[in-house]
Amino acid sequence: MIPSLGPHADFIVASYAVTAFVVAALIAWVVLDYSAQRRILGDLEDRGVTRRSRRMKD
Amino acid sequence: MAVIDLANPTRFLNLVNRVLPWLTAATVLLFAFGLARAMNAPDDYQQGATVKIMFLHVPAAWLGMMGWGVMSAAALGTLVWRHPLADVAGKAAAPIGAAFTFICLVTGSLWGRPTWGTYWVWDARLTSMLVLFLLYLGVMALYWTAEDPGRGSRAAAILSLVGAVNLPIIKFSVDWWNTLHQPASVFRMGGSTIDPSILTPLLIMAVAFTLLFFTLHLAAMRNEILRRRVRSMRLMQAQELAEAGA
Repeated sequence: MIPSLGPHADFIVASYAVTAFVVAALIAWVVLDYSAQRRILGDLEDRGVTRRSRRMKD
Repeated sequence: MAVIDLANPTRFLNLVNRVLPWLTAATVLLFAFGLARAMNAPDDYQQGATVKIMFLHVPAAWLGMMGWGVMSAAALGTLVWRHPLADVAGKAAAPIGAAFTFICLVTGSLWGRPTWGTYWVWDARLTSMLVLFLLYLGVMALYWTAEDPGRGSRAAAILSLVGAVNLPIIKFSVDWWNTLHQPASVFRMGGSTIDPSILTPLLIMAVAFTLLFFTLHLAAMRNEILRRRVRSMRLMQAQELAEAGA
């Protein structure tokens, strides 16, 4: 059921829209950044670059 | 596993990978429940349906302040114990706290127009909240633009601790000064002044937003740890290339 938002519906809808947009942008930033870092790490490992700590273990 | 073991980035990453799916599911469920309760909450006798903006504005304000609290605690870890994970936590919290503070400012402005007749006034609560947002931008600039990440982190940690002075100013601004903003109505001596039919959805939304904050924070911390691994591997690669060329 859609509630009646009265004479100030524009302000209420705008508040929820801005919040949804900012939260969606945060989620997108976190998800895209994660896949970008994983991709770069994968590329470096494919080229034989390893971290110092891992090299010391080996 | 002892708590101190989590200070190891690899163990921390393993924990985040296990916890994140559950935290995400809990956040989605609580938001669905909270939004359903918020949409069905009765109108306020004075403000009408615009009270629905409160379900976003108030949690965003709390989390904007909590984000700075997290950064201040992390700053202590960076400056006193020089722990890299503390620095990661501070850096990851900054954009998230800034985003919640931005939501607070915008929704507050949109709520203010029909309630007060103006989008903005330079009163103590609104101005101190705007200062918090500008402080967030300052910390982010220090973290993301410093040529030497170590120096940038220390500078950001110092600003985080200095900026913590603003938190009690925000909280008590409505008591210390004559402001257009209403005084505290949820957490106050003598109990909340809000009717339970509105208070309950507000608290559910606040918990949902808090879960969202920690979900995003853990995910952003994981990204930052991976970014630092990438940086260290690139430095090693460059060093090896330089040695091979010498």
